[in-house]
Amino acid sequence: MADHTLEIRDLHVAVEGKEILKGVNLTIHTGETHALMGPNGSGKSTLSYTLMGHPKYEVTQGEILLDGESLLGLSPDERARKGLFLAMQYPVAVPGVTLYNFLRSAVSAVRGYTEAARKAGNNRLNAHLIPARAFRQEVNEELAKLKMDKAFLRRYLNEGFSGGEKKRAEILQMALLKPKFAVLDETDSGLDIDALRIVAEGVNRLQAELNLGLLVITHYQRILNYIVPDFVHIFYEGRIVQSGGASLVEKLEAEGYAWLEAEVA
Amino acid sequence: MAHDDLHKLKDQAQYDFTTEVDYAHTVRRGLGEDIVRELSAVKGEPQWMLDFRLKALETFLRMPMPTWGADLSALDFEEFYYYMKPVEQEARSWDDVPDSIKETFERLGIPEAERKFLAGVEAQLDSESVYSSLKEEWEKYGVIFVDMDTAVREYPDLVREHIGKVVPIADNKFAALNSAFWSGGSFVYVPPHVHVEIPLQAYFRINAQSLGQFERTIIIVDEGSDVHYIEGCTAPQYSTAALHTGVIEIFVKRGAHARYTTIQNWSTNVYNLVTQRAVVEEEGRMEWVDGNLGSGITMKYPAVVLKGRKAHGEVLSIAFAGQDQYFDAGAKAIHLAPETSSVITSKSISKANGRSAFRGLVRINRGAQGAQAKVVCDALLLNPQARSDTYPYIDVAEDEAQVEHEATVSRINEEQLFYLMSRGLSEADASALIVNGFLEPFVKELPMEYAVELNRLVQLQMEGSVG
Repeated sequence: MADHTLEIRDLHVAVEGKEILKGVNLTIHTGETHALMGPNGSGKSTLSYTLMGHPKYEVTQGEILLDGESLLGLSPDERARKGLFLAMQYPVAVPGVTLYNFLRSAVSAVRGYTEAARKAGNNRLNAHLIPARAFRQEVNEELAKLKMDKAFLRRYLNEGFSGGEKKRAEILQMALLKPKFAVLDETDSGLDIDALRIVAEGVNRLQAELNLGLLVITHYQRILNYIVPDFVHIFYEGRIVQSGGASLVEKLEAEGYAWLEAEVA
Repeated sequence: MAHDDLHKLKDQAQYDFTTEVDYAHTVRRGLGEDIVRELSAVKGEPQWMLDFRLKALETFLRMPMPTWGADLSALDFEEFYYYMKPVEQEARSWDDVPDSIKETFERLGIPEAERKFLAGVEAQLDSESVYSSLKEEWEKYGVIFVDMDTAVREYPDLVREHIGKVVPIADNKFAALNSAFWSGGSFVYVPPHVHVEIPLQAYFRINAQSLGQFERTIIIVDEGSDVHYIEGCTAPQYSTAALHTGVIEIFVKRGAHARYTTIQNWSTNVYNLVTQRAVVEEEGRMEWVDGNLGSGITMKYPAVVLKGRKAHGEVLSIAFAGQDQYFDAGAKAIHLAPETSSVITSKSISKANGRSAFRGLVRINRGAQGAQAKVVCDALLLNPQARSDTYPYIDVAEDEAQVEHEATVSRINEEQLFYLMSRGLSEADASALIVNGFLEPFVKELPMEYAVELNRLVQLQMEGSVG
């Protein structure tokens, strides 16, 4: 499996004119797991949205490079097709769109079926989609691994999903889209211990299968008991203020975030 | 999808052709008594039908144009042809259908639909039915499904008893116009306690420039019976305006159920001014399922008149107004009897400078105790120039009645768009998915091949609409 590098270089980001990220530097290689920990309001989610290209987040300085190539001019869908994935903290509901149709459209876009059909001028119905039979088989296998019922596919995307169902659906998407790099934004929030275990097992399995580069963004260390990081970064007021190994998690666990204030100030 | 091959898929581009048809009979351009007489004579109609037409013409000429709704000032009645008959004899079997017409049907996918899905097809090319077939088993049960001219010839008493009874000649100017010049349309009679399992379908198609099409459809569902009638419309593009003024009258007898489904996709130079109304008797149920994608101007308000105790009516409609399109559409529910109920659900999408207005009337007469009416209309605007208006008219004369009204107007949600795009979907594809989701409550009521077709039409409407 090829190795890839995601590099965040001196990243400054403003939202509605207010600077939230103040010079983030971070390099992730495929196969690595990085944890980004920090208190609420430190800008963790801003980082994840910026990586994915949300139009509300304005990059005022710095770079995001995938294998040396800038992602900054690319729209979210182009970034997804380059191999970036964001498992969202609050996945939005899209009423009337079944999970199945959504997944099939997304997989078809990311794996190039959609573009190939457009380029070929093929307007036949479903020419832009991955063949149904193969796709259904693949989806069913992934569902089983995540202990999700097939009936799930007929439900409307994230509509009326419980917290656990939403997060599992995010991991299901990740499994099907097979990214190079995945950002898990507060994936443990709203999960009970059983759901957390299933989600974490899914993430670990996918990392092994796909040689994923992982950025696990979290407020609490709980998820890191299940997804063990190679590197831990402490995020505070829009920057990484300290990096280290897994032992940093224990320090945070013991001391909380209060010490940061004194140290940074 | 396993049903993909049920129906050949079509899009506007595919419809954008004109097949050369040898018109057997064409009257002069414009309207007048001479044309009514000529048309009626060519059809070999009885005197009562001619009288009905002449009375309607006189009413039409007397009535003023509507002063509300869409702007019809550019409409010139003298521009149109009011009658064309493509073949002398109505063909009874596929072999008898002229080749050029067959070609049109083939491009529309009708023979395939016939083979695979339909048990009976009533296909209308211009003003006449050129091909109609009816499954024998229905005939066995006494179901009548013929074009209106045949009905006048073969079932004159039934036609005479029902025509103009739900939609009177003087109901509105366009109903009068239709009553004077109607040609084609379907006549359906379902005898008591017969459940017609497979939908009856009619294809309408305007195929001559400046041809006014005035289909007249009468559906009578007798006590305890059940029928679903589907009309799909498509039209090729023309340089001058075409006029489509249909009248649909439905009689839902005691305990009966009727559903009428339309998807119209006329080209954008068509005026689509249609009167659709059903009278529902005790414990009967009527459902209008109405999709509007095409035409330049549409005015259409499917109505249910709930005449008997516990009668129920529903109108489920969507409108997708694109560039230069204006839909003034809606629904009417008239409650005349106790414990009647109605549900009106309207969904509209407007893009570019498209405009869609919802005009809904709920009237509950004194004496309709326990009547319940619900109106929900949701509008989705795809860009800042698009426009949506809601005109709800609620008129309740009975204290013991309940009326609910909800209306929402929204734009494509940025967070939904970001979410879908972050999964690799382009902005256009993501928007189309959101729009399809918005329309899902409508689409899931359609037979499979219509649902597929509608999704496809929406996709075409969406192309280039973002930004």
